[in-house]
Amino acid sequence: MRAVLPILTVVTAIVLLWYAAAIPMNAKWAREQAARNDVTLSLTELVADTWSQDRPRLPAPHQVVAELWKSTGEMALKGRAFSKRSLITHAWYTLSATLLGFVIGTTAGVLLAVGIVYNRAMDMAVMPWAIASQTIPILAIAPMIIVVLNSIGISGIIPKAIISAYLSFFPVVVGMVKGLRAPGRDQLDLLSTYSATGASTFWKLRLPASMPYFFTALKISIAAALVGTIVGELPTGAIRGLGARMLSGSYYGQTIQIWSALFAAAILAAALVAIIGLIERGTLKRMGMEP
Amino acid sequence: MKKPVIAARGLDLTFETRDGPVHALKGVDLEVCKGEFVSFIGPSGCGKTTFLRVVAALEHPTGGTISVNGMSPDEARRSRAYGYVFQHAGLYPWRTIAGNIRLPLEIMGYPRPEHDKRVQEVMKLVDLEGFGQKFPWQLSGGMQQRASIARALAFDADILLMDEPFGALDEIVRDHLNEQLLALWARTEKTIGFVTHSIPEAVYLSTKIVVMSPRPGRITDVIESTLPKERPLEIRDTPEFLAIAHRVREGLRAGHAYDE
Amino acid sequence: MTLVILSLGFWLVAYLLNNWLANSRWNASRWVRIMVPAIFGITVIGVWEGLVRGLDVPSVILPPPSAIIARFASSTDVLWTDFVQTFVKGALSGYFIGTGSAFLVAILIDRSPFLQRGLLPVGNFVAALPIVGTAPILVMWFGFDWQSKAAVVVAMVFFPMLVNTVQGLAATEKMQRDLMATYSAGYWQSLFKLRLPAAMPAVFNGLKIATTLALIGAIVAEFFGSPIKGMGFRISTEVGKLGLDMVWAEITVAALAGSAFYGAVAMVERAVTFWHPSQQN
Repeated sequence: MRAVLPILTVVTAIVLLWYAAAIPMNAKWAREQAARNDVTLSLTELVADTWSQDRPRLPAPHQVVAELWKSTGEMALKGRAFSKRSLITHAWYTLSATLLGFVIGTTAGVLLAVGIVYNRAMDMAVMPWAIASQTIPILAIAPMIIVVLNSIGISGIIPKAIISAYLSFFPVVVGMVKGLRAPGRDQLDLLSTYSATGASTFWKLRLPASMPYFFTALKISIAAALVGTIVGELPTGAIRGLGARMLSGSYYGQTIQIWSALFAAAILAAALVAIIGLIERGTLKRMGMEP
Repeated sequence: MKKPVIAARGLDLTFETRDGPVHALKGVDLEVCKGEFVSFIGPSGCGKTTFLRVVAALEHPTGGTISVNGMSPDEARRSRAYGYVFQHAGLYPWRTIAGNIRLPLEIMGYPRPEHDKRVQEVMKLVDLEGFGQKFPWQLSGGMQQRASIARALAFDADILLMDEPFGALDEIVRDHLNEQLLALWARTEKTIGFVTHSIPEAVYLSTKIVVMSPRPGRITDVIESTLPKERPLEIRDTPEFLAIAHRVREGLRAGHAYDE
Repeated sequence: MTLVILSLGFWLVAYLLNNWLANSRWNASRWVRIMVPAIFGITVIGVWEGLVRGLDVPSVILPPPSAIIARFASSTDVLWTDFVQTFVKGALSGYFIGTGSAFLVAILIDRSPFLQRGLLPVGNFVAALPIVGTAPILVMWFGFDWQSKAAVVVAMVFFPMLVNTVQGLAATEKMQRDLMATYSAGYWQSLFKLRLPAAMPAVFNGLKIATTLALIGAIVAEFFGSPIKGMGFRISTEVGKLGLDMVWAEITVAALAGSAFYGAVAMVERAVTFWHPSQQN
């Protein structure tokens, strides 16, 4: 709780800096317009203009918030929450692909991790590659996956989900292997003195012990899955999704649209990570581990 | 009479915690003269470490007065009047043993040419010659603790404050280090404040034993040792030694009496 | 069909070999530790080659490794140009500016516990956001050339680096700080002698995370506009032309550059934080 005031201070400082930055960023256009219309702007008029342009280089925070509201809440109130121009529709396209990919990637990741922990050959053969995969920009193959799958007739949610699946896959593998190996020598020895089976060692010791690692990996992988989906929305001609809104905004110079899509993506990411955080808290508390 | 090096009068220290105030020190009066070896002994929570930290200006008293070398503890700290040895050696793992011992010299701005000479000297004092280029994690716990003592000896402070320096070591190593510490004290004539929870250690080392008790932290007995300055390990079996140890134990028990 | 059976057989043999090696009594030796993953990698490539050829997979869907290698060998000049544009100009410059400034800012805010408490949660929050999304904006601001890519990289690496450095600077034990107090050491002395060295493991953690982010940022930013060179540009245009062998060649370059970059940082880390338990086997 004692962090609230410092956080508010920092956030306020960022917003103020943002407003301040908008002035020089947009001043050139304001002056050119004024020169064209043969008026001279006073300082206050200049500042007011930089914060209210249609296509500013840097929109002011309230413009982004207004656009966000216009394309979400206001449309919902009008009963057009799922119209093509509503950001809710686009966010939903992105979210559904993200979640599908996340579930696939996480499940596969956990299964591979179990295999690695229980099979020496798999461990030695696959683990170095799983670790190395974290050092390479696998996101770069996203456009190829979209186009190739399109060319064989698969489009829509599946290609994007595949990209988010493989982006969320590797963090889960690495995190879960670490987690399943978290029990110490003593704890494992104790179970051998009971002559416990492999299965009960897994369910009673390894799996519970891996939970903190599992949730940490989930937070990384859901964020990665969202980025994967957004990038996956870029090459398909930009029709649906937050990524598409960013791209079309950048084609037509609609800066406010880009920023609002960016913020929608940020809010989505934050919400997803927060939800996992809540589940983590609840689960770990019930298991008697404080996160 | 000699002028005291450390003089505390009516010293109070209260920590405010969530469960109400904790009286770490209450009405502590003590004088330590130059060249004395003073042990502080008592159960945990009796304020022995807190007192040492007040002397070192790592904690600040909430009442009473204390002077170190005739100054306030903070002034004494700024004039670098003492060396402090912690319970754990706390050597910097990124520095060699020699580099660790050199650390205070660098910070206090001793002239560079002097560094090596001083480092060699104190390494010899604590019997670590030839280990200067090793890293701390390459040495045993006892050797690390000796290095941390050397670090406290490297600069010219005439007070040495030691907070359970041998608490984490096994008994054989501890005996050996106790012997070495006495020899070192005899050679350097420093004033030593030594916190311990071991009765034999306190009796073996000290010229003065301060027995403390908890809640509130206070002094219950001050024992002037009658043992000679020359002390082989076997002195611990003499009746004189056992008598002092007995008195310390009685003091500890008295402090506990109305507590349970 | 024979190729399919051959590659399945190859896979089986390799699997049995690896299984035997991993459970043999030499399984802790350095040699086996390198051999097993290497055999696995070769198997994947071999099976890929065999299946693609055996099943006549069209190369617009998945080219065989041999075609990718051939393309790689015949277009080294293009690949080199793209590499310089994206990695050296875009990613590296952004990496140094971003991590460097984050490091300095971390040292500045380290003096104020108030700012630390405020910036750390905000930084953690921002580090989880899809920063790649700023690419269209930054391309608009800084133009199509590498400067905008560097800007995206700066935006991506700044906060992870900041958070790690701040945490690292706070990582000293109370006892070590007390020791500095007994020496009555000044702010700069304790910064240089204690807190910076102690922060190095966390700093390098940030630097390692940033290597991957830098390459991703530089490549993805090119999807939003670039001059007619660069790895991201080449990938998106060759995908459009269905020149998948070239796409795979670029991806190979990206993978090699990524792991070499990471490896280089890890080597410096080993030299600097040799004293840390994680570096001692």
